[in-house]
Amino acid sequence: MPEQVLWGMEVFLNGLMAGVLYALVALGFVLIFKASGIFNFSQGVMALFAALTLVGIMEGQVPFSHLINAALGTDVHHFGWHVPAFAAILLTMGVMVLLAWAVNQFIFRHLVGQEPIILFMATIGLAYFLEGFGDIMWGSDIKKLDVGLPQGINGMIDEVTYNIFGYGFFIDNLDIWATVIAALLVIVLTIYSQYSKQGRALRAVADDHQAALSVGISLKFIWVLVWSIAGFVALVAGIMWGTKSGVQFSLSLIALKALPVLMLGGFTSIPGAIVGGLIIGVGEKLFEFLVGSMIGGATENWFAYVLALIFLVFRPQGLFGEKIIERV
Amino acid sequence: MNQMTEEGYVTEDGRTIGGKLMEMKHISLRFGGVKAITDISFDIREGEIRAIIGPNGAGKSSMLNVVSGFYVPQEGEVWFRGEKRPQMRPYEVARQGIARTFQNIALFEGMSVLDNVMTGRLTHMQTGIAAQALWKGKAEREEVENREFVEKIIDFLEIQAIRKTPVANLPYGMKKRVELARALAAEPKLLLLDEPMAGMNVEEKEDMSRFVLDVNDEFGTTIALIEHDMGVVMDLSDRVVVMDYGKKIGDGTPDEVRNNQDVIDAYLGVSHD
Repeated sequence: MPEQVLWGMEVFLNGLMAGVLYALVALGFVLIFKASGIFNFSQGVMALFAALTLVGIMEGQVPFSHLINAALGTDVHHFGWHVPAFAAILLTMGVMVLLAWAVNQFIFRHLVGQEPIILFMATIGLAYFLEGFGDIMWGSDIKKLDVGLPQGINGMIDEVTYNIFGYGFFIDNLDIWATVIAALLVIVLTIYSQYSKQGRALRAVADDHQAALSVGISLKFIWVLVWSIAGFVALVAGIMWGTKSGVQFSLSLIALKALPVLMLGGFTSIPGAIVGGLIIGVGEKLFEFLVGSMIGGATENWFAYVLALIFLVFRPQGLFGEKIIERV
Repeated sequence: MNQMTEEGYVTEDGRTIGGKLMEMKHISLRFGGVKAITDISFDIREGEIRAIIGPNGAGKSSMLNVVSGFYVPQEGEVWFRGEKRPQMRPYEVARQGIARTFQNIALFEGMSVLDNVMTGRLTHMQTGIAAQALWKGKAEREEVENREFVEKIIDFLEIQAIRKTPVANLPYGMKKRVELARALAAEPKLLLLDEPMAGMNVEEKEDMSRFVLDVNDEFGTTIALIEHDMGVVMDLSDRVVVMDYGKKIGDGTPDEVRNNQDVIDAYLGVSHD
């Protein structure tokens, strides 16, 4: 097989894996949007905040240490202990649930029945608040996150492909793990929302508040639950991205990449988020590989958005989105 | 009607009605300066079919919303099963065993008929989030038991044929029936029906009347309903409350109410001199 084709295959596979990470972020958007009609702009920042908190807890960092030191003239930074990854993840999840409660209590409870655009603006505000809050709480330096996920080239794939094609594919172990975890997450969430008591209540609330109340569903509980699930997905995404490229504030920008993913997949579809993510991931890698060198490269920065633009023109509801029918 | 006592009474068709299931005491409800309900008291007895009638804007739906917790009255007390009810949110009222339907149908349009009716069982599901998420043992048993009950209700209301149909695709009369099914699935102690026959043709009204009677007969469910159609109300109910301009102007058996001059004036708009 010619070398070019083999490289293309390798790029394709790596694109798939990158797409999984996009899909993970997009998934958080879809979940909240389906359950509450809120387009949560802060999903990316939530992933950043989750990753910051996770690192902070693992490293035994003192939260708000800069603030404390400035106010009290002390010099504390670390508790001096290290928390094992698993326990730290559970604790971080607890923080995300608290955050979900606070978000509902202080923001969205007061905005019930408002126009979607107002809810959207509120999430933009939330995004900026969380970014600043994460900074004050844990500091703004780039942190290394290692929860024990294997990283580096997968030797087996390298060897097997070398034996078959005479060319070893470079596939990162972390990407493989991300794919497996994302797949599990999607399966669990789908089963949960389709077949469980809370899942049914969740869909009921999304459909009709009044009717939901009349069958004994507490709206507040469901909203906190929805934001907690979004927090959980953000945590998973934060771990994957944080492990891959370090926990830094540019992490919140990955949320922007989720937008074209959603335009492709449709804002209301979980499978759409996955397929959209994969198409963007593969698309931008292949495009860079095939066309990039001819037009000066750096196509990964804009490819996704142009693709989304094309979709907006020809299929605004996305691949899997509900068809928008306006009754006259 | 035989003698009415604290313990109950016997209806004209020989059914025994029990004591007070719900009692509204001196309820007043205002929206800003508008008085929707003024000092209304009445009770609902165990096992009876109780109707609230009155012309448009009489405050019937407001009354039902007070009973189901959607509105909080400025004055008055609500007593349920012998206890004064503290101020409650609608979902807490629902959990106490009061189910309702809505005048303008509030179904979960995106879900199938079966899923809609299943939501009615939510108050009967106890398993926590963790067990649900893991989908093990107890949660599974619970789902199966509830599913069996729901299938019974679906059979009872003769909507087997549309079990899997998304509700949005159903005709109006069928939606009303699905809404009743969802309310029944909760096995309510008190069932509130807000104009169950509004907008139906004669045949559909007959079906719905039959179901209301059958529900009361089969499950012994206490029913309070609001209805415009006088004929339907008089046929169905054991006792009737008549409201006009937010006040109670009559209360008694259909015959008593029919012969009440205030009711004739207000409701039927007949003038007399």
